[in-house]
Amino acid sequence: MNVSKRTLGFALATGLAVGFSTAAMARDTIQIAGSSTVLPFASIVAEEFGNNFPQFNTPVVGSGGSGGGLRQFCQGVGENTIDIANSSRAIRSGELENCQSNGVNEVLEVMFGYDGIVFASRADRGAFALTPAHVFAAAAQQVRVDGELVDNPYTRWSEIDGDLPDQEIVLVIPASNHGTREVFEEKVLHIGCDSYEMEGDACDALRGDGRIIEIAGDYTETLARLDAQSDAVGVFGLSFYDQNRDRLQVATVDGVTPSLETIGSGEYPVSRPLFFYVKGEHLDVIPGLAEYTEFFLNEMVSGFGSPLEDAGLIPLDDEERAEALEQFQARTLVSAE
Amino acid sequence: MTTDTLTIEERSRQRLATIEASLAGRHARERRFRRMGLGAVVTGMGLVLILFISILMRGVPAFWQATFYLDVHFDPEVIQVDEKPVRESGESASAFRERELAWMSRVGLVNWQQIIDEALKAELGEIEARQTRDLRALITSGERHALRDRFIEDPSLLGETVRLKMLASANVDVWLKGNIDRSLPDRQQQLSAQTREWADELYARGVITNAFSTALFLNTDSRSSLASAGLAGAFMGSLFMMLVVIVLSVPIGVASAIYLEEFAPKNRITDLIEININNLAAVPSIVFGLLGAAIFIGYLGLPLSAPLVGGLVLTLMTLPTIIIATRASLRSIPGSIRQAALGIGASRVQTVFHHVLPLALPGILTGSILGVAQALGETAPLLLIGMNAFVANVPGTPLEQSTALPVQIYLWQGNELRNFFEARTSAAIIVLLGLMLSLNALAIWLRKRFETRW
Repeated sequence: MNVSKRTLGFALATGLAVGFSTAAMARDTIQIAGSSTVLPFASIVAEEFGNNFPQFNTPVVGSGGSGGGLRQFCQGVGENTIDIANSSRAIRSGELENCQSNGVNEVLEVMFGYDGIVFASRADRGAFALTPAHVFAAAAQQVRVDGELVDNPYTRWSEIDGDLPDQEIVLVIPASNHGTREVFEEKVLHIGCDSYEMEGDACDALRGDGRIIEIAGDYTETLARLDAQSDAVGVFGLSFYDQNRDRLQVATVDGVTPSLETIGSGEYPVSRPLFFYVKGEHLDVIPGLAEYTEFFLNEMVSGFGSPLEDAGLIPLDDEERAEALEQFQARTLVSAE
Repeated sequence: MTTDTLTIEERSRQRLATIEASLAGRHARERRFRRMGLGAVVTGMGLVLILFISILMRGVPAFWQATFYLDVHFDPEVIQVDEKPVRESGESASAFRERELAWMSRVGLVNWQQIIDEALKAELGEIEARQTRDLRALITSGERHALRDRFIEDPSLLGETVRLKMLASANVDVWLKGNIDRSLPDRQQQLSAQTREWADELYARGVITNAFSTALFLNTDSRSSLASAGLAGAFMGSLFMMLVVIVLSVPIGVASAIYLEEFAPKNRITDLIEININNLAAVPSIVFGLLGAAIFIGYLGLPLSAPLVGGLVLTLMTLPTIIIATRASLRSIPGSIRQAALGIGASRVQTVFHHVLPLALPGILTGSILGVAQALGETAPLLLIGMNAFVANVPGTPLEQSTALPVQIYLWQGNELRNFFEARTSAAIIVLLGLMLSLNALAIWLRKRFETRW
């Protein structure tokens, strides 16, 4: 009986001791979270950073989407909050206000490259040459036919344009937790909407008859959808498409095939800059935070011919890179417009 | 009288007739039920079998990876670094560490890629400068760091030529295993035509072989060198979490079960507690994750992604399972045992700890181990406390950031390079299932070992 009691007490005591000793510990590993588009790039940089700087730990990179990452980022200052938020879109003024109300006043923005968003379908099905107007006609709840606003009548791509394949319309798009969704709306839907001479909420209203499938998870899920529904067209990041070229074929948009070159030159219309946000208050507290940021912007890491380019990032040009680095080194804060 | 007996006989005949008439139907019903039961078992087993076979078919090949055997020359022309610092007498530990770090940084700056390139050129003959990119696509990029680490450990390698094992890149592995359609045109292939030709040539010559890979077990996750991504970090993370779960949930769970079952008065309050424990067992695990994120991280300020927090959350999840299992096993001990102990003058505490508990031990252990095994496979709550992060370190303590095995499976399942990671994910599932099965086997063994019959 005594033995059991003693062991029990000991076990409890160890448990509690472990529990309480933690609060006092200082964190010496950079903690990052956010966009799943940026995640592969940030992870590669984190790993290389750990390999090149033996004095620092390898940063930890979490996901959660751009919105989720910025929400965590703005929770406050302290060791149990993240140091960097990855984002595939610029921070919104609402998020910045939230940051400031929680005491995060020094938000440093770092733009490190571009990403292309592509439409891809199964390699064994018809090839698509899309325009924003096609995509809008396929996705919108209402479209203008002969001057009249009517509920979307299209069920096959060939009904929208005779040159498109005679396939059922099924469009697999990212859900609104993804930064990609915003780009899809801004650079595709809204432009297509303009060409139909429509405006306002009608541009964002998507049809609800099951032909638009929203994916909250990652691109693997979109790919699985295309496996199941052979007619579907999916929205992917360029790098994901690039690594699954054996199963996917990419659609041209406005006649331009997406590639590192056409996106870098701005010829391909659906692209966006990628960012990460650094918490200025943590710069002198968490070891390696400034070094990580500068390492990320190094040409060997994120420039042309770098591991990030191999992974599908469209690098900044020299001027943009110099500017980004300068902005960070001057500790230029993001200000609410 | 005779009429009466006749009626009785008649009645019994009638009854027999009725019985006989219904007998066939009843037998048929029994046969039907048996067949249905058997069918249910066979269907269940069949589904499990299909699952296992499909995982094994996909996962087992991933334990073998395309591997180079190369003569690597540690060329002093390329590796131009001074001697590894040795601690001098009177030098403080921190000063020595600083010198050592500076030396390691210099070693890190050596062009290790060139050393690998040279070793490959020795096999392939001279190549043109524009083919360098094709050449570097052969071997996974992490090998140059492995080479550096090997040198840091043993600087006497300078000038030596050593035969080394190096992992081929993920895409070479995919190509050689035929996981990508080899007949696809160039633009749909991941590797250039030149790299594919070299890979085939070296494979035919035996420079590349399909060797059992320890990378899966010994390395941490990797994004920049996909072929060397492994489970070591996730495994340690899971191990630390299980330690926390065992240290906290088993004593607390067993103690509360013993108190509730053997000592607590039976009244409304204990009834309420009992109902709540049962309800707690039915709470979806994701809710515990939300609770953990709010309390342990938000309020107590524990670190994100730490196995300690994961362990605490899983402890909450496992407690009701252990309490219920322990109570059930205490309840199954016959009252006569308690009465006999009390009858010869033992106190209630003595009765419980000397007589009831040893008999209930097999059941308690089984319940605890199954609860822990369940916690080992849990993913959802861990996603909410940041354990789904990319971590390239093996955690040394429960406070360092880490992932867990089931979360690693989830992460690999989402990796872009599907051709490589489909097999890798299944291999990770096999490792996790193996761990689960051994835990369950341990539970069975413990039960058999401590089982008492009366």
